[in-house]
Amino acid sequence: MDTAYVIETIIKIVAILTVFSALAGLGTYFERKVLAFMQRRLGPMVVGPYGLAQVAADGIKLFTKEDIIPTNVVARIFKIAPVITAATAFMAAAAIPFMPSFTIGGYTVNPIVADINVGVLYVLAVMAVGLYGPLLGGMASANKYSLLSAARGAAVFISYEVITGLSLLAPLMMIGSFSLIDLNNFQIEGYWMVVYQPVAMVLFLIAGFAETGRTPFHLVANDHEIIDGFGTEYSGMRWGLFFIGEYANMFFYAFLISIIFFGGFGDGSVAGAFALLGKVSFFFFFFLWTRAAWPDIRPDQLMALCWKILMPLAVINVVITGFVLMF
Amino acid sequence: MSKLPSLENFKDRNVSEDSAYYMVDIEDYAVTPMEKFKQAVKRTFKLELFVGLWVVLREMFKFEIHTVQYPAEKLPIGPRYRAVHEMQRLWESGTERCIGCGLCEKICISDCIRMDTKIDENSRKEVTEYTINLGRCIFCGYCAEVCPELAIVHGGRYENVSEQRAHFLEFEDMLTPLDMAISGKVAEYPGFGAITPNEDASVTKTPLAY
Repeated sequence: MDTAYVIETIIKIVAILTVFSALAGLGTYFERKVLAFMQRRLGPMVVGPYGLAQVAADGIKLFTKEDIIPTNVVARIFKIAPVITAATAFMAAAAIPFMPSFTIGGYTVNPIVADINVGVLYVLAVMAVGLYGPLLGGMASANKYSLLSAARGAAVFISYEVITGLSLLAPLMMIGSFSLIDLNNFQIEGYWMVVYQPVAMVLFLIAGFAETGRTPFHLVANDHEIIDGFGTEYSGMRWGLFFIGEYANMFFYAFLISIIFFGGFGDGSVAGAFALLGKVSFFFFFFLWTRAAWPDIRPDQLMALCWKILMPLAVINVVITGFVLMF
Repeated sequence: MSKLPSLENFKDRNVSEDSAYYMVDIEDYAVTPMEKFKQAVKRTFKLELFVGLWVVLREMFKFEIHTVQYPAEKLPIGPRYRAVHEMQRLWESGTERCIGCGLCEKICISDCIRMDTKIDENSRKEVTEYTINLGRCIFCGYCAEVCPELAIVHGGRYENVSEQRAHFLEFEDMLTPLDMAISGKVAEYPGFGAITPNEDASVTKTPLAY
């Protein structure tokens, strides 16, 4: 392992951390603006031009707020839970190719931290570990709403892991590789994966809402039922870490969908890179869009949807794909 | 509703062709399994989720924003709005209109008006102290209605934030500034406390022949 490789990797990691932390902040701004426009409001307008500095104001507020550890909480677990959420979200980014490889001064850069041959598996696994943030945070909070949220979170995340895995199985069977770069390259010659596997795409998208806890499946932290769920007892930057983790997850999930099902960055040209950014932006917008349009569903409905409808569909999809591949 | 309802349409509270109000058409709930099945099929193939998405997207692009950016923009208040009281002066002379009769103090149902009077050297009643405890005032408007001289009226100032209760109201703040009264720049007060514009029309003769 030569020095240049180590330095390059460290630079990539720092770049991903800074860019996506900042994007998570900007994501909250866009969320508030998009939701406001869809509800005929203006959204944040006071801090800076068109409220753009609202992100900075919120950041300063979160950083300078008192870090309260309430009585009766299990302090050590309570403190580490938000770190798990944020850390796993960023760890998952290690195997995601954010751009096609490019050359600076004769040195070829692959904008992926580690092109491991089990990329998809790694990303899904680390995202699944993210469950421990809400679960431990909720259980350690000594608050019944947090506990309810932890229970819901555990049930939902574990159930929808099944859907994510099974829905991705069919595309992976077609390609025979777990690497996201192989998945991307497969779609250069042929059509986008969504043409071959529309059902898998829809299932993966639906599971994405559950994995990131976005609105139709927002029951982990449903404000009108259980306050802020696992985040109820948190304050200051610990709560902010949960938030950054959630938004980073949304971005990474948008990248995953774009790369696996919608052609990714294509053949690696500049146009392809911008196309990928466009696709990711659309899916991020889609997460906000549904929040304005759709109501939340109950936990039992969510479970029924997962086990009675989506899982059978995913299995049937895998079986049919298998038959088609065999004959 | 095809046409956009205007404010005038909303004032007509009767459900009709012209008013902005209309009866909402709500279907009965699906009860039997067959009805529920039909409802699910209908909703699925109507793609109701996408109808919802389209509605909010359309609103986003139409960009009809209803936000009033409050400290910079303010909504107009009604002409006879009952906000913080004002004390009027007579025109030209600039004397206070208040004759110290004490009716407002008596009629005040939240007991927040307090006044002290004395007889001055011209043997006219003079108001020495006049306070309104705005923390208790419920802005019912009785004081302005009972005042025989149109001295105490309700003005349009509705922003009353202060750090101290004493800042809420001082008698000098309520009074019309003397120079304005003398220079005749103050028009006849039209707000609450004055008679309504169409008062003559609404007055009916008391029938004597019962």
